[in-house]
Amino acid sequence: MHLSNITQKAGLAALFLGAMAVPSFAEDAKDVAQGTQFVYVFNTLLFLIGGFLVMWMAAGFAMLEAGMVRSKNVSMQCTKNIALFSIGGIMYWAVGYNIMYEGVDGGYIGTVLPKAISGLVAEQNAVADAIAAGTDPTLYSGASDWFFQMVFCATAASIVSGTLAERIKIWPFLIFVVVLTGFIYPIQGAWKWGAGWLDGMGFLDFAGSTLVHSTGGWAALVGAIILGARIGKYGPDGQVNAIPGSNMPLATLGTFILWLGWFGFNGASQLAAGTIQDVTSVANIFMNTNLAAAGGVVVAIILAQLMYGKIDVTMALNGALAGLVSITAEPLTPSPLMAIIIGGVGGAIVVICIPLLDKLKIDDVVGAIPVHLIAGIWGTMAVPLTNSDGNFMIQLIGIGSIGAFVMISSTIVWLLLKYTIGLRPTAEQENAGLDIAEIGVEAYPEFGPR
Amino acid sequence: MRVFCNLCERSLFFAKLLLFNTKGFDMKLITAIIKPFKLDAVREALTEAGLYGMTVTEVKGYGRQKGHTEIYRGAEYAVNFLPKLKIEIAVAADQTEATVAAVVDAAKTGQIGDGKIFVSAVEKTVRIRTGETDAEAL
Repeated sequence: MHLSNITQKAGLAALFLGAMAVPSFAEDAKDVAQGTQFVYVFNTLLFLIGGFLVMWMAAGFAMLEAGMVRSKNVSMQCTKNIALFSIGGIMYWAVGYNIMYEGVDGGYIGTVLPKAISGLVAEQNAVADAIAAGTDPTLYSGASDWFFQMVFCATAASIVSGTLAERIKIWPFLIFVVVLTGFIYPIQGAWKWGAGWLDGMGFLDFAGSTLVHSTGGWAALVGAIILGARIGKYGPDGQVNAIPGSNMPLATLGTFILWLGWFGFNGASQLAAGTIQDVTSVANIFMNTNLAAAGGVVVAIILAQLMYGKIDVTMALNGALAGLVSITAEPLTPSPLMAIIIGGVGGAIVVICIPLLDKLKIDDVVGAIPVHLIAGIWGTMAVPLTNSDGNFMIQLIGIGSIGAFVMISSTIVWLLLKYTIGLRPTAEQENAGLDIAEIGVEAYPEFGPR
Repeated sequence: MRVFCNLCERSLFFAKLLLFNTKGFDMKLITAIIKPFKLDAVREALTEAGLYGMTVTEVKGYGRQKGHTEIYRGAEYAVNFLPKLKIEIAVAADQTEATVAAVVDAAKTGQIGDGKIFVSAVEKTVRIRTGETDAEAL
């Protein structure tokens, strides 16, 4: 999401169209030329359509997680997902958006203020004034941009929810979400998308392989280490016990919903749809995004067949998501074949890293760490392969600095929570299931005698 | 009036219990553990043999077939208990052999894990609705 790029492009278009406008319009400074209005409308529509597609990814995460946990923890997982989406939405209004975008100016953090809604007249005047002054106008509604950026922020929080499933109390998790969506995510986001220091350096992350997915992944990783594994996941002599999920159709539906949402995630990150060039880019991004997901699935199922003798459906689902995360850092410049390869490597990452994490006794219930963190790093490092503006060293600096910041800040918050209100339910509560212990509503109450 | 009716009904019920209680009537409970997909075949075979009633329970267990291993997300796990169906049929003792034969015939695949049949004695049978017992209740 190159905000500086878009204003440049939009500005050029506006100046061009402004010059063609009828002179009588130009005399009135507050009148905005037809062409400029057209660009404004289509940019805003792209944000809104992309935004509600990404909003729907919250449903995808909820269903994926509901299917991947045991039936005694399904209500808990649903509650966590709708609560985190709401908390993220409020925090991103209260402080997040302006920390990320307002006055970062090549630095590390923006302004700690709520995001205001500017009125119609104010937005129109701002555009007209900018054109009159010969500077680049912002050709989209402020609220549409807030909405589009807010749903990205919520996505980062959803990633954490899946990894820590089945063994964390709800309130410490939600308090972590407050800090993640209000501060941790927006601060590192400001470094790149808010035109901060990483952006100035030339770090590239089109739709957030690092900014969104790895950020959620790092927070999930340190959370999983501090929280510990589920009871019974790892045996005393190093054996790994499988804890199969309760509902594969739900997990599959969730994955398809996420796949659909990704067209908004990557496509609308073009941030502009007012020119032939921009909408063509959006369409190319759709194509590459779909190819990468497909590549991820095909590689994951072939590898699973070769390594385990059977195709594990959850590996196929994770393969799709890893393919999508891998293409997110640069969905525009790869050729279609390259998109399949980038996504396919993501699929391989999943099949190889899931057992590896188990060897390290890091219990990741839904596979969010391989899918979002490791595939996110791969996707970010793959940018210079197809984009000549990319540089491997600068990509590494971006991944490393954001990783370090998110890990350190998350560790502090997790430890504070652990030693104050505590993170884990009692063993008895965990064995009984968090639906009963924390929510009081079972997901499937009619199965079996009561 | 209602109390009186209740009393009447109850005395009738107990009278029937006494009246129909034919001591010494031999009954057997046939408990069969079968492969789940064989249920329809077994039910049809029993209907043909003139038996109109059974109870089915989903159960899990193991015998000679033992379990098997599966893989979930790269971790092998043992499935020790395999899903089976338990059907229970109460019959007059003289129907036992025909019933067992019908179940064996219908449930057999020849593969390991076809299940087992247990025959045990039944002391008494009561039909809850009418209070009939034993021969009349079967």
